[in-house]
Amino acid sequence: MLKDITIGQYFPGSSFIHRLDPRVKIILTIAYIVMLFVVSNAIGFLVGIALLIVSYVVAKIPAKMMLKGIKPIIPIVIFTGILNLFFVSGTPIFEWGFLKITYEGLRLAVIMAIRILALIAGASLLTYTTSPIELTDAIESLLKPLKVLRFPVHELAMMMTIALRFIPTLIEETDKIMSAQKARGADFESGNLLQRAKALVPILIPLFISAFRRADDLAMAMECRCYHGGEGRTRMKQLHLGAIDLYGSLVMALCIAGVICINLFVPAFF
Amino acid sequence: MQFLLTERKLNLEQIIITEDLVFDYPAQTPEESDTRVLKSVNFTVKKGEFVAVLGHNGSGKSTLAKHFNAVLKPTSGKVLVEEIDTADDSRLLDIRQRVGMVFQNPDNQIVATIVEEDVAFGLENLGVEPKEIRRRVDEALRQVDMVEYYRHSPHQLSGGQKQRVAIAGIIAMRPDCIVLDEPTAMLDPRGRREVLSTIQELNRENGITVVLITHYMDEAVKADRVVVIDEGNILLDGTPKEVFRNVEQLKNVGLDVPQVTELAYELRKEGIDIPDDILTEDECVAYLSKLLEES
Repeated sequence: MLKDITIGQYFPGSSFIHRLDPRVKIILTIAYIVMLFVVSNAIGFLVGIALLIVSYVVAKIPAKMMLKGIKPIIPIVIFTGILNLFFVSGTPIFEWGFLKITYEGLRLAVIMAIRILALIAGASLLTYTTSPIELTDAIESLLKPLKVLRFPVHELAMMMTIALRFIPTLIEETDKIMSAQKARGADFESGNLLQRAKALVPILIPLFISAFRRADDLAMAMECRCYHGGEGRTRMKQLHLGAIDLYGSLVMALCIAGVICINLFVPAFF
Repeated sequence: MQFLLTERKLNLEQIIITEDLVFDYPAQTPEESDTRVLKSVNFTVKKGEFVAVLGHNGSGKSTLAKHFNAVLKPTSGKVLVEEIDTADDSRLLDIRQRVGMVFQNPDNQIVATIVEEDVAFGLENLGVEPKEIRRRVDEALRQVDMVEYYRHSPHQLSGGQKQRVAIAGIIAMRPDCIVLDEPTAMLDPRGRREVLSTIQELNRENGITVVLITHYMDEAVKADRVVVIDEGNILLDGTPKEVFRNVEQLKNVGLDVPQVTELAYELRKEGIDIPDDILTEDECVAYLSKLLEES
């Protein structure tokens, strides 16, 4: 049952977006999020949403996946929407008892909802089209300048890699321990919350002990393979910027420029 | 002068030398005293050899193996790897590049999330050029016959396949010697066969020296030389035929002999004329059928 959990939501493919350099993809995602907050105009939002939909279509990610990514944050969207709707002061357009909805509140609620939804959908696209390994490599490469500040960039990336490597192993192990404890009469399904939490202890303790043992073994195996930290280390796979990265960046730059122009010159009718 | 030169050449042919190697495991609690695991071991491994090290649990065979690439350092005595003293910390990487080590649990020695990246791990640590890494990774994967799995993630592989990936990660570093610490103990029979034939191939075709720590007799039979360790001492050292002839001595230290050898031993006890150095089933069948024809 635990095996069904998927880590990272990578959707393998070879589309334009899949082939973008992961570093460029991370930067473009951040640029897209900034763009969403620069927009102050309905037409600008249309540009942002259009860019999002086009990207999903190009990456051949099914619309279902986009909705799946958005789903968990809908409660947050509704919550902020209600706050904005009722608590922003301005010209009232509706009043009922102590509740009052203002024009500014309505406007802000709609804008924030679009922003949050587009932000999550955009960020999900990054994880849908980039494998965890590529992401790790890209983060290591992007954070490299921080090395000057003695930030342990290589160690961080190595930790992420090892975590990704051992997640399936530990899930499998948890499954085994659960079966073993069930065979000894453990009950994980009944009782109140506290009892269920307590029932997890006989799973967690063996799991932790085994994880520490694994860590010990792994450390020795790594040392035997000449691991001595990030110093003097090379990588087999080098990240290369190509023409498609330039095109991708250009599209994003055009969109941002367009949005700023719309902000400045097109009158806001909403 | 002439004499010195030949002596030096001899030394070069011995890839690992231990001189009066003593090792104490430090005490866990203040009340305990240190446990002596190895008691003055003198042991050499020659270039190109396939040595099997046998011993029951706690005999010190794994501890000995861990001295071969400076995972452990001698309490007293010396370990030389291609004339480099393992106590010399500045040569640690040289030693570990020359003598690779494969461990028992295949899961706990694979670092990366993708097979080819894991094989590249050692080379990346050594600072090899990316193009050269690519070349050597492909070569190593070919040698262990895992090329078609190069993009797989380790948890999609069987135990035997994982262990072959671990071996590929070591041979990509082009070591002169591989030490394998019970590499088949956690595998199913099929995985054991795969791993053992990979090891034999590497030894025969690539001339890599192999030290195989094991407690499976049928694996030890395949080696050029068998060393039996008991209570931190070397008990027997010789070709498989020479070693397994000592059935009683092996049984006394809690080891088995190959089934065929045991059969021959029991038959001899019954007064049947059969050699005491039979190791393989074919040999045994040939002898027995000859005996039957004669009678």
